[in-house]
Amino acid sequence: MKIRLDRTVCDGFGACAKHAPEYFSLDDWGYASLEGNGTIPEQDRAAVTRALLDCPVHAIIEMGEHRPSRDGAAHSELRDAQEPDPTTDGNEAISEFVR
Amino acid sequence: MTATTDFAVAVWPGLEPRLLRHGAEDYSGYRDSGGYRTLDDPDALHNQVDLSGILGRGGAAFPLAVKLKTVRTNGRAAGGAVVVANGEEGEPASIKDRWLLRHRPHLVLDGLRLAARLVSADRAYVYVSDGAAAEAVRSALAEIDGDILDGLTITVRTVEPGYVAGEETAAVRALNGGPAKPTDKPPRPFDEGVGRLPTMVSNVETLALIPFIHRHGAEAFRAQGTSTSPGTFLATITGAGRPPALYELPHGLPFGELLDFHGVPADQVRGVLMGGYFAGLLNNDVLDITLDHESVRRLDSGLGCAAITILTEDCPVAVAASVMAYFDRENAGQCGSCFNGTAAMSAVTEALRDGVATNDDLARLQRWSVVLRGRGACATLDAATNVAASLLTAFPQIVARHLDNDCDACRAAAFTADRPYEIEAAVTA
Repeated sequence: MKIRLDRTVCDGFGACAKHAPEYFSLDDWGYASLEGNGTIPEQDRAAVTRALLDCPVHAIIEMGEHRPSRDGAAHSELRDAQEPDPTTDGNEAISEFVR
Repeated sequence: MTATTDFAVAVWPGLEPRLLRHGAEDYSGYRDSGGYRTLDDPDALHNQVDLSGILGRGGAAFPLAVKLKTVRTNGRAAGGAVVVANGEEGEPASIKDRWLLRHRPHLVLDGLRLAARLVSADRAYVYVSDGAAAEAVRSALAEIDGDILDGLTITVRTVEPGYVAGEETAAVRALNGGPAKPTDKPPRPFDEGVGRLPTMVSNVETLALIPFIHRHGAEAFRAQGTSTSPGTFLATITGAGRPPALYELPHGLPFGELLDFHGVPADQVRGVLMGGYFAGLLNNDVLDITLDHESVRRLDSGLGCAAITILTEDCPVAVAASVMAYFDRENAGQCGSCFNGTAAMSAVTEALRDGVATNDDLARLQRWSVVLRGRGACATLDAATNVAASLLTAFPQIVARHLDNDCDACRAAAFTADRPYEIEAAVTA
């Protein structure tokens, strides 16, 4: 199972962190972020599914297989490089920014 | 403080410019100088781009060849790809992208059509908010012979300006008909972007460097710069009570030499605001760096889009407070961690500037600068945490003085600005 969390949708209900605290952390105001890369091992599937189904605003989405080239070699290269470790290269993550 | 309306434009002495140019340039002038050169072998150009080591100039310094290859591969699987020239320069202290679009639209369009060929895209966009830039690009497009574009459709799209509007997923969302606000990842544009096709969003300065590589090759590109930050780059220099400037510089230039050139005595420099507002504050350790990605990264900062504000008189705490207030106002208002976190960090930095912050406030700011990192869909919240963290680590004594309300400058008349060190080019014919 692979999921993503859309933080632009999250309204801070916190149900996810109650059901699957190791996958969802809350900030000081109760808003969630996903821990890890969204890959959920079989043994945690039930808890995470409960979190997904209980989210009142549907901010947790199970990722389907429809996306193109998810396994391409160049693709993984880009993915690895484009999400810098915030403690090291994070300052340059402005990629998204000044464009 | 009002926006600056006049600035100098200069090339580093002895450097043959690749981006800057004096005077107006029309289609025939650009073509006569070697522009719009025929591309017979895209794979050979891709190889040269790879060998050149060119890094993206949007701020992330992402290797252009990797992005091109990824979008091309994904585009083949998806049945098409799109290229976006991103000229929506959200950083108020940067002017380079607007300058390029206004003054050298053909150079940008040449880079855009080459990039489109490299990823086999038949659709491209120029994405901007600046009216003069959009007009310049539209006029340039009207001049071009159709056969040069080789079937490529280029559309100019304008949006309302905004700090987050130039973020790559905001660009994609706007081009898809939505608001110019970021989306959470995945998907990234190179997977799924405009019209759900793999999309290459590239900064206009990055694109403007491709024609040079096409014409002169990778080795010539590497004749300037360092081995890991090759080539030249545009830098917007503000602050220090001096008129701002747009310079083309070789990567690796010692910061001290830039100070001399800009007319700022090194002993007056307290530090800099680096990379736009994104990469935070540096103290006078900055005097020892060279202007390339590795050197700046060693100070836990980033060259970013090379918008560098030199701080001399202005108090770093007051500057941080104004920048944080800007993030509080200009964030997309989408992610709870961001709109709450920027508001909270803004409140503490303003209290610190005003001499009313407590040790507990400061401890909270320190903690937020760590735990809020990475909790937004885009990098606005990371920018705010960078500013907070860098203020605390680079200027601990100045921060401590503010806890005792002991900053003469802030008590007398604290620096405040809605858009600190904004540079806004006067539109000239």
